[in-house]
Amino acid sequence: MDPLLELKHVSYAYHTKSGETYALTDISFQVQRGEFLAIVGPSGCGKSTLLSLISGLILPEDGTILRSGMPGASPHSSIGYMLQKDHLFDWRTVYRNVTLGLEIRHELNKRTRLHVDQMLKDYDLYRFRNAVPSELSGGMRQRAALIRTLALDPELLLLDEPFSALDFQTRLSVCDDIYAILRKEKKTAILVTHDLSEAVSMADRILVLSQRPARIREVIRVSFAREGLSPFARRNEPEFKDYFNQIWAALNPVSPGKEPA
Amino acid sequence: MSIEKFVPVSASQAAYLKRLKHRQYRIAGIRLLIFAVFLLLWETAVQRSWIDGFIFSSPSRIWNTFSAMWTDGSIFTHAGITVLETLISFAFVVVLGTSSAILLWCSDSLSEILEPYLVVLNSLPKSALAPLLIVWLGANSKSIIVAGMSVAIFGTILNLYTGFCAVDPDKIRLIYTLGGTQKDVLGKVILPGTVPLLLSVMKVNIGLCLVGVIIGEFIGARQGLGYLIIYGSQVFKLDWVIMSIALLCIIAILLYGAIGFAEKQCLKKR
Repeated sequence: MDPLLELKHVSYAYHTKSGETYALTDISFQVQRGEFLAIVGPSGCGKSTLLSLISGLILPEDGTILRSGMPGASPHSSIGYMLQKDHLFDWRTVYRNVTLGLEIRHELNKRTRLHVDQMLKDYDLYRFRNAVPSELSGGMRQRAALIRTLALDPELLLLDEPFSALDFQTRLSVCDDIYAILRKEKKTAILVTHDLSEAVSMADRILVLSQRPARIREVIRVSFAREGLSPFARRNEPEFKDYFNQIWAALNPVSPGKEPA
Repeated sequence: MSIEKFVPVSASQAAYLKRLKHRQYRIAGIRLLIFAVFLLLWETAVQRSWIDGFIFSSPSRIWNTFSAMWTDGSIFTHAGITVLETLISFAFVVVLGTSSAILLWCSDSLSEILEPYLVVLNSLPKSALAPLLIVWLGANSKSIIVAGMSVAIFGTILNLYTGFCAVDPDKIRLIYTLGGTQKDVLGKVILPGTVPLLLSVMKVNIGLCLVGVIIGEFIGARQGLGYLIIYGSQVFKLDWVIMSIALLCIIAILLYGAIGFAEKQCLKKR
């Protein structure tokens, strides 16, 4: 079976009047169904560009992106994208916010409404469906944003630092929430983050990118002796700090000689 | 306000609210007092012949003029025509201004091409156009309505367009990630997101339309408060002039208040 997503030698540059900026060079990797992939790298290295390419918002200058073995149309309907901030619209109720995607795609029907209602109930937002977003806490807003994405039933979820706007405490609990929801809904996900512990606590595999123009510096497979741990529980396991150090070393090579090929 | 909610209030909170209320009363009282003192001084100054009532008029003369014109009904014609022309030109400004701003937003090239023209037209003193309009369109309501529009329309387009462009690009990106098109961006983000801006721009515009209409009436009208002011000054009936100005103050307040009320209702619903 083809991987859900495959990138082959993808490169991208931004063009401005003052010159071009190479954001990504020769990026190749695959994502299997059900996998949780994290992408870490120094800030401004082109991580978000990578997600925009995968989602089809922008097209690669070089290389190919295959979705389930097929070159995809843009923007691809089977890909859900969660941005850094929740961007819930204040002029809509929570319910009308989470159904925004369905409304745009003209897929708002009895079946999808039932699906949305069920998710709102499962994730403890049903009581607030007629509230306005400003009445929700940060964690609830993030869950609502996730439901908005999941309502379109995407195969692949792109998470662009979805917790970075939250304070640390909320962040840990929302991270657990979102992870549990993604596992329950059996979604494949790609998480972009600059927070190394977040990557280790959630991912099955971690892609370490270099400074801009980003290349893949290292791919680290993450497996814990105890399986099925929540992100928070992972933080207390002995392997956690080993992975953390491994990524840290990959991001900060001491000398060029030590840099992994 | 949440003060109205029935909850037990601590003594210090109650004291604070009381102070707040007293302050509001005091401010309202002083405002009224200033107005009353002004009227009284004006009236006394004329009565005692400190100033010439023929030139400066007086509150009582204004009142007499007003009641005379009320009885013969001419005040309704003049004020009515001015208000009507203002409302019509305001309606055109709302529709044309908003749709032009949308067009500019839709096409980056168009907005770049037209920008210098809009800036020049916006900074041009529109009263300079009024004589031209009268010649082109004739001395009728048509040119007065166009004069009213001309004062407000370019500022409206520029303000709304700037507001549209200031919408968070990530919100627009969200629509695209959900599979939307430019039409969805406009309908789901730009327009609903800029309703408060639209309302505040309109609140200013209704006043500007009134300015334009008065300018138009100065030059080419046989009716309306602008006409009454010009005619009154030419025949030295300054009671007419000052009464018309007083009426214009009241009309301006009412129009502004009406839009402000609509704004409050609209924002409360959201």
